[in-house]
Amino acid sequence: MSRLNDANQVLAKEIIGRYPKARSATIPLLHVAQQQDGYITNEAIAHVAELVGATSAEVFGTCTFYEMFKMQPVGKYLINICTTMSCALLGAEELVEHAEQHLGIKTGGTTPDGLFTLERAECQAACTEAPCLQANYRFRYRVTPAQLGEFLDDLGEGRLDAEIPPHGVVARVRQSIPVDRAVGVVAPDDVHEAPVWMSA
Amino acid sequence: MSSYTWAPGYIDDGDRPQIVTSRFQYEDGHTLERFLATGGYAGLKAALARTPAQVHDEVKAATVLGRGGAGFPAGTKWGLTPTEVWPRYLVVNGDESEPGTYKDRLLMERDPHQLIEGCLIACYAAGLSQCFLYIRGEMALAQERVATALNDAYAAGYIGRNILRSNFSVDIVLHWGAGAYVVGEETALIESLEGNRGMPRLKPPYFPAAIGLYGKPTIVNNVETLANLPWLLTHSAADYTAIGTATSPGTRMVAVSGHVKRPGVFEIVNGTTTFRDLLYGDEFCQGIRNGNELKAFVPGGGSAPWFLPDQLDLPFEAKLVGAAGSMLGSGAVMVMDETTDIPKAALTLTRFYAHESCGKCVPCREGATWLERIMERLADGHGTETDLEQLFEIGQTICPGPFPHAASERLGIEAAPFPFKMTTICYVGPSAYTSVHSAVTLFRSEFEAKIVKRKLIPVSVGAIDDQH
Repeated sequence: MSRLNDANQVLAKEIIGRYPKARSATIPLLHVAQQQDGYITNEAIAHVAELVGATSAEVFGTCTFYEMFKMQPVGKYLINICTTMSCALLGAEELVEHAEQHLGIKTGGTTPDGLFTLERAECQAACTEAPCLQANYRFRYRVTPAQLGEFLDDLGEGRLDAEIPPHGVVARVRQSIPVDRAVGVVAPDDVHEAPVWMSA
Repeated sequence: MSSYTWAPGYIDDGDRPQIVTSRFQYEDGHTLERFLATGGYAGLKAALARTPAQVHDEVKAATVLGRGGAGFPAGTKWGLTPTEVWPRYLVVNGDESEPGTYKDRLLMERDPHQLIEGCLIACYAAGLSQCFLYIRGEMALAQERVATALNDAYAAGYIGRNILRSNFSVDIVLHWGAGAYVVGEETALIESLEGNRGMPRLKPPYFPAAIGLYGKPTIVNNVETLANLPWLLTHSAADYTAIGTATSPGTRMVAVSGHVKRPGVFEIVNGTTTFRDLLYGDEFCQGIRNGNELKAFVPGGGSAPWFLPDQLDLPFEAKLVGAAGSMLGSGAVMVMDETTDIPKAALTLTRFYAHESCGKCVPCREGATWLERIMERLADGHGTETDLEQLFEIGQTICPGPFPHAASERLGIEAAPFPFKMTTICYVGPSAYTSVHSAVTLFRSEFEAKIVKRKLIPVSVGAIDDQH
């Protein structure tokens, strides 16, 4: 299944409805696709293009620009070890080495059991808590090599399932605008006057 | 208590004013209940009791400086929209990813309603009819917290149609990014929000306030900037400017990381707190780790030229720091002690910018990667004598003319002040050169010590026959 499933199509239409122009929903819908399949398939790109009124090439162009969208399957857990300055000053490279040894793969690789993909990441906005890492974008702070091994084992054996969902799931809480409260959208070119509160 | 398990890194020792972090002390500071119990949405009510123009004037009078990096006053920015062109939009820049910067994520995770309230006040004052809250993709918890807060605030009547039974109506839409540093540049942010590759737009127009989202006037404000507004409205511009200095009023959030005893995120008094206070003060970082000597520090995020111990007594004030050869940027100080391998440390930043270059401008796309390759071999001890000059030559292609750097008594050099000229649309290109320029200018001997003295193969430019 690579096109968006029925439930996700309903969600996609709700998301598109929040923007004055449908194409603005491109990145959120690619996230929906990645949540569904764990990565972005060509079929999903074509489907998102259909939904937002763009060509597949345009959506492909957008998709490949952003780090988080994976065009190939990755492990259930994407481990991003930050290696930018503050983390590097406090031992990020040792952490990367330790992770490579522990998982038996190089950065950029995926373990044969499909559980882990290891990557070097750029600054994750946790610089005071260096060195830090993210597993599917959930943080671990001030990580020592020993803690890293334990953490990876816990993840692999499913002990952190409640906290860390599989790759593709970013936010587990979604915005939902109640119909009776929504202002709703107007096409940008159809508005010519100041909003009412400005003229009062 | 001075730090809290639920706000990793945040430290509120001492008796400093709190404008944006007052709810960090509560574990449930992100909930609507706690927000309302601690004066939440009172700023919105105060705003609605006045005309939009009066609110706008208050923000102008307070000189709320943009906290994203450029430090442009928010009130002035709102006033740059062309008259009688509608609709106007608000885009919130929550794409925090400048190396060393850690504050907007905390503000979104710990007090999302404060940010929402700030958005509402901005929309009311500047006549912005829809708000898009762009949160960096990698910040899963911030997205969940803001989504929950938006859902609760909609249900309670604080967002949407006829807010608090007034004629003010606005939708706030949560938008997820997907990982790209350059999207923090405001026109790239708008491109991304339109569903495109996040590449900065050609300038002019210099401000999206003229032509922005969907070609309409758009205000782009940083998370921390907006988080200041609820306090400002429940207090006054006079109260706000009573904190800090005339040119840098209020407080600002600063993250200090690297080789200090106690790294942390602090809400500091703007304009008067010095770097020495921050690095050595008891209520702040308490000195360099292991009692080591300070070697250098980055005063304003990865894009800022480096400072030396010579600059420790400078206060956190934009003009003074600019004259001293750097910038305050996004409120991020990264500290290096005497044990730091400078070429390697600088390389981590060069690599960052080379990786994040969007590819639109040639000097950045080619230059950043080239800088990275040279820095890599210099750091690894494979560099050659010509490499250092080559770095400067590439730098001149990105930033022709003098480039800012700090003064050094040890080296006997004066400061070269901000700003600089650039051949790229946005600051990613110059930023790729910044750490290279600082490291080589201030620590040249460390690079030279690593250079391999090779015998160059002589190349004849004369007639080949001569050598026979």
